[in-house]
Amino acid sequence: MAATMTKPAEAPLTATETALVAQFGDRSSHLPGNADAVMARDKAVQAIKAHRLPTRKVEAWHYTDLRRLLNQFPDWRSDVAAGAADPLLEDAHRFVLVNGQMAERAQIEGCQIESVADALRADVGGVALEAPADADDAVGAINTAFVTDGVRLSIAEGAHIERPIEFQSIHDGGQAHTRNLITVGAGAKASFIDRHLGSDEAVLASNVTELTVREGAEIRWIIVQEQGAAASHLGKLTLTLEKDAKATLFIANYGGKLVRQEVHAAATGEGADLTFRAINLIGERTHCDVTLELDHLVADTTSTETVRNVVTGKAQGVFQGQIRVAQAAQKTDAQMACNTLLLSDEGGFATKPELEIFADDVVCAHGATVAEIDEDHLFYLMARGISAKTARGLLIEAFVDEIVEELDDDALIEALEIRIADWLEAHG
Amino acid sequence: MLEIKNLHARIAEDGTEIINGLNLTVKAGEVAAIMGPNGSGKSTLSYVLAGRDDYEVTEGDIFYNGESILDMDPAERASAGLFLAFQYPMEIPGVATMQFLKVALNEQRKARGEEELTTPDFIKKVREAAGTLGVEMEMLKRPLNVGFSGGEKKRAEILQMKLLEPKLCVLDETDSGLDIDALKIVADGVNALRSPDRAVIVITHYQRLLEYIVPDTVHVLSKGRIVKTGDKSLALELEAKGYADIIAEAA
Ligand SMILES: Nc1ncnc2c1ncn2[C@@H]1O[C@H](COP(=O)(O)OP(=O)(O)OP(=O)(O)O)[C@@H](O)[C@H]1O
Ligand SMILES: [Mg+2]
Repeated sequence: MAATMTKPAEAPLTATETALVAQFGDRSSHLPGNADAVMARDKAVQAIKAHRLPTRKVEAWHYTDLRRLLNQFPDWRSDVAAGAADPLLEDAHRFVLVNGQMAERAQIEGCQIESVADALRADVGGVALEAPADADDAVGAINTAFVTDGVRLSIAEGAHIERPIEFQSIHDGGQAHTRNLITVGAGAKASFIDRHLGSDEAVLASNVTELTVREGAEIRWIIVQEQGAAASHLGKLTLTLEKDAKATLFIANYGGKLVRQEVHAAATGEGADLTFRAINLIGERTHCDVTLELDHLVADTTSTETVRNVVTGKAQGVFQGQIRVAQAAQKTDAQMACNTLLLSDEGGFATKPELEIFADDVVCAHGATVAEIDEDHLFYLMARGISAKTARGLLIEAFVDEIVEELDDDALIEALEIRIADWLEAHG
Repeated sequence: MLEIKNLHARIAEDGTEIINGLNLTVKAGEVAAIMGPNGSGKSTLSYVLAGRDDYEVTEGDIFYNGESILDMDPAERASAGLFLAFQYPMEIPGVATMQFLKVALNEQRKARGEEELTTPDFIKKVREAAGTLGVEMEMLKRPLNVGFSGGEKKRAEILQMKLLEPKLCVLDETDSGLDIDALKIVADGVNALRSPDRAVIVITHYQRLLEYIVPDTVHVLSKGRIVKTGDKSLALELEAKGYADIIAEAA
């Protein structure tokens, strides 16, 4: 008896995948870049076709089945109407990209600034797009294929940029794919707001940010993702911390329908320190995924990771936190915690902490909790005359604000707390 | 002012009956002491009065100023003037004490149709009240009750009471955990609130507190009901003889 071996037929491309490939054909000639960029974009689309959008079977996407969840691939819009929003912090230097097109560019003393579109076109001293490495890198692949513009900014050695720098990505329906390339020179100091906002129309936005913090430099990077209710947001931040570099990375997700924010961080120099904080406020049918990969590559590096989530409605949240400590990375200290406040029975939050430790003299720990509002606390507040709704609000805010208040900047704390309160008012 | 009639209450979760046909009347202007052995249901009674939903009233009623309060939630009861000083005040991380006090004061004012307090007025009020109770303003910047010592928690409860100016105060073992000086300060705080239109229920195990807050009536609670009522001399008798004899006598 002869067994017939047939290769299982690969499922046909989804509507989103088909649209992605087709629209690339239409768009590619309008996208900025030299011959190398054209090739890289083409490879990215070929890779998407070959690997397909990831499903649960791809480990890095186990909790976010992108092939199923990315169920819209809206048309590009050229009739850009949206104006800039007030910056989160009044005194910020502002860069504005509307639907991926540069609309406003700040000039900052001590910084070299260029548009990424220009840099892609340049044959000398420009930037290169890289084809995605593997099936995991769907965000990188989509962005490489379609990126239109962004900010290339490099801060001079020792420069202290006093006012915050805000990158405002406004998505007014359609698609927006941006890329920011930031280098913070040795001993420099700066504070950034990477803000994504827009209307309630269908949007597919991707952002890739490459951030290098050189020796002894100190930065704060706040991702504020407050997009409309129909937005898909695919973000990927690559962060390199050199010797004695210090970074506070704070992610505030309180918008969008499908959100995947990846952070790939590496402590490459001794004494590097990362403070990673994320708050995910998710309601209705939002799916929100924060995925962190952190490599401690050398000795004496430290990090703490705290994630706080509030889940209502039928929302699903994900936090994957992978910390890898290389064999050479003795005396690493890493502390990770993910706490979720679950306000509805139909919502959920999946946490996947992973420690991969190849060195022996390290302190690493992680913990995850999921809890409902503490009824005893609620009773205590109500017994003082505080109404049920206000009391709940106080307890939820307390849970989230605790990590917001670690930020050492009153104006920033206030700006974030106001938005948290607004979100709670609408969803709590 | 308060009339509890044939009250039966059980633990909602498992149905265990704790309050078991309790009758108690407290008039305006009165200070009533409730004493009773551990586990007799004193704290449960205070929680049922405050409206904690861990307990279910299965029979009887509670009238406050002539109206049943069973359908009111804890916040509504508090705004109507009921205040419970907890035996074990809860620690609430992340909620700053000052913020909590301000929200509580203003929510109650709002519920009663009064103007909200401005921040300077509020701070002035807190500072005055804290001063008389020996509570440091520094302490109030911390999260509510978090890391407060046992005595500090009790003082914070009385501070809340002073600020909220309730009509019916229930003090559940406010004296336990207080040193002698603090006991006097707290008692002075309670006495200062005494007035013809207010009533106070003092739950305690010790005669000592009742030397400072002299009760008009003393009630003995046993197994979920009041088994004996008398005047302040009953407290002395309890102190001398212990509960066993008195409860046996009453049975
Ligand atoms: N939520 C609950 N779950 C389980 N048991 C309870 C609960 N509440 C009260 N009880 C039980 O009911 C009884 C009465 O408790 P309560 O706290 O009212 O006593 P008490 O008179 O205040 O005692 P103490 O003098 O020790 O403060 C006790 O046996 C207690 O264990
Ligand atoms: Mg008790």
